[in-house]
Amino acid sequence: MTIAARFELSYPGFNLDVDLDLPGGGVTAIFGPSGCGKTTLLRCLAGLERGAGRLEVNGEVWQQGRTFLPTHQRPIGYVFQDARLFPHLDVRGNLDFGRRRAGPAAQRLSSDTIVELLDIGQLMSRLPARLSGGEQQRVAIARALLTAPRLLLMDEPLAALDHARKQEILPYLERLRDELDIPVLYVSHAPEELTRLADHVVIMAAGRAVAQGPLSETLVRLDLPIHLGEDAGAVFAATVAERDADWHLTRVEFDGGELWIRDSGAALGQKVRLRILARDVSIASSRHEDVSIMNLLPATVINHAGEDHPALVLVQLRIGNTVLLARLTRRSAQRLALAPGRQVWIQIKAVALIG
Amino acid sequence: MTASPDIAALALTAKLAGLTTVLLLVIGTPIAWWLARSRSRLKSVVGAIVTLPLVLPPAVLGFYLLVLLGPDGALGRLTQALGLGLLPFTFPGLVVASIIYSMPFVVQPLQQAFVAIGGQTLEAAATLRSSPVDAFFTVALPLARPGFITAAVLGFAHTVGEFGVVLMIGGNIPGKTQVLSMAIYDHVEALEYSNAHWLAGGMLCFSFLVLLVLYSRGWNQLR
Repeated sequence: MTIAARFELSYPGFNLDVDLDLPGGGVTAIFGPSGCGKTTLLRCLAGLERGAGRLEVNGEVWQQGRTFLPTHQRPIGYVFQDARLFPHLDVRGNLDFGRRRAGPAAQRLSSDTIVELLDIGQLMSRLPARLSGGEQQRVAIARALLTAPRLLLMDEPLAALDHARKQEILPYLERLRDELDIPVLYVSHAPEELTRLADHVVIMAAGRAVAQGPLSETLVRLDLPIHLGEDAGAVFAATVAERDADWHLTRVEFDGGELWIRDSGAALGQKVRLRILARDVSIASSRHEDVSIMNLLPATVINHAGEDHPALVLVQLRIGNTVLLARLTRRSAQRLALAPGRQVWIQIKAVALIG
Repeated sequence: MTASPDIAALALTAKLAGLTTVLLLVIGTPIAWWLARSRSRLKSVVGAIVTLPLVLPPAVLGFYLLVLLGPDGALGRLTQALGLGLLPFTFPGLVVASIIYSMPFVVQPLQQAFVAIGGQTLEAAATLRSSPVDAFFTVALPLARPGFITAAVLGFAHTVGEFGVVLMIGGNIPGKTQVLSMAIYDHVEALEYSNAHWLAGGMLCFSFLVLLVLYSRGWNQLR
């Protein structure tokens, strides 16, 4: 399944012009600064907005010329930034609203599974006004899933929540990604959500898609037109290989080497996603044993590029088949004579296990 | 004590106000929905026409209705051609006049209620496979219930209280087109203050009680 979308839409002071081929599986993040047209793109996909263009989902044409499938006939689920629950219906009524209209034939997952997945069983008879923001959003997600969507569209579902609520919902979204086989388009401007949830990423700026590709490849590109600053870094997959109970450490293996990280309870053999921020990676010309840093790895410089601040450079490094980023000062880069192909040792100060 | 013409006037008033309110809710709902949701340029024109009875002296409205519905008026010719006869000085004529006169009091609360629901909730309904007609009945109408209560109360009360328009279009025919306000007027003219008191005081209490009951219900449902 693939999604081919081409839209052109103009408002005063804004112009959306995208031509996308999106994968029909996993989570695709549509990432970019506020006002870049992410939400408008999602609304075009849902049929809530009608611009010129063409949309084909899984071989079905939803929009082309005069053909325009109205929103209520598209097999989508849509989660809005504000939950938009119906205030006159209790949680059960909200969940049943879409489920009944989608019809029993469409159900692939039982409502019990979804209710349990989002942990909302105890909220059923409450009215939306009596729910917290995080609970409302979980109900909204369940409500969308119960329509048995073939495509789930999520428009910054965490943006209206405070930090604690975000942390409360993120694990549910990860479970959704891992346990349900529904392609998700996830609009966000938060690097954390991008790195934790996405498999694939479309980066947007000023109404255009400026880059797209698998998350791990796209994040380490040096030519991205938007800079992630403090959040620049690499995300890649690894497998838990060993747990050291004495030191509470876990050894994980990735395509290119291994790392010791804090034990977070992940089981042996479990696939995990790791993030190493560019600011946590330093470079040495030789192997230094006399440092506190545990993770020392040989690497090859691929390239480097200037950062937003003139004092800094971002260095792209290869370890086996994995690419990492390191952020250092321009002066250090010159002192180490960093150039493409140069063999160096990298010291990794922190590795985050992000699900 | 009140005489039987007063009872007749009371019954006629209740019948007129009740029928007008029901018909206005039916006619006013689509108009209010269109005014709340449309982006058409005609919106301001229609909005102004619907609101006109609010600012127009009832006598002016009644006069033009009399002319329009009269034997030489456009609508009068139409009703005659349709075999309905002439509407002035009949009960149906009163209903037509009341509908126009009380229109803004029904349409405006409904329009405000529909605007308050906003497009966002209806968008959510659309993403949940709900067609526009379905969403109107299952989302918009239930959410607009306080607006309907306000509209019904105001429409009814306003029709009960009208005087100028019904005098112009209905005349003052006891038992046929004489409503309460006119019966009171006749009593006062004849210096029958005690009769006038019975009717006027009764109307005051009735209006207050209806407003009290319906409004307090309305507030509860809003919470």
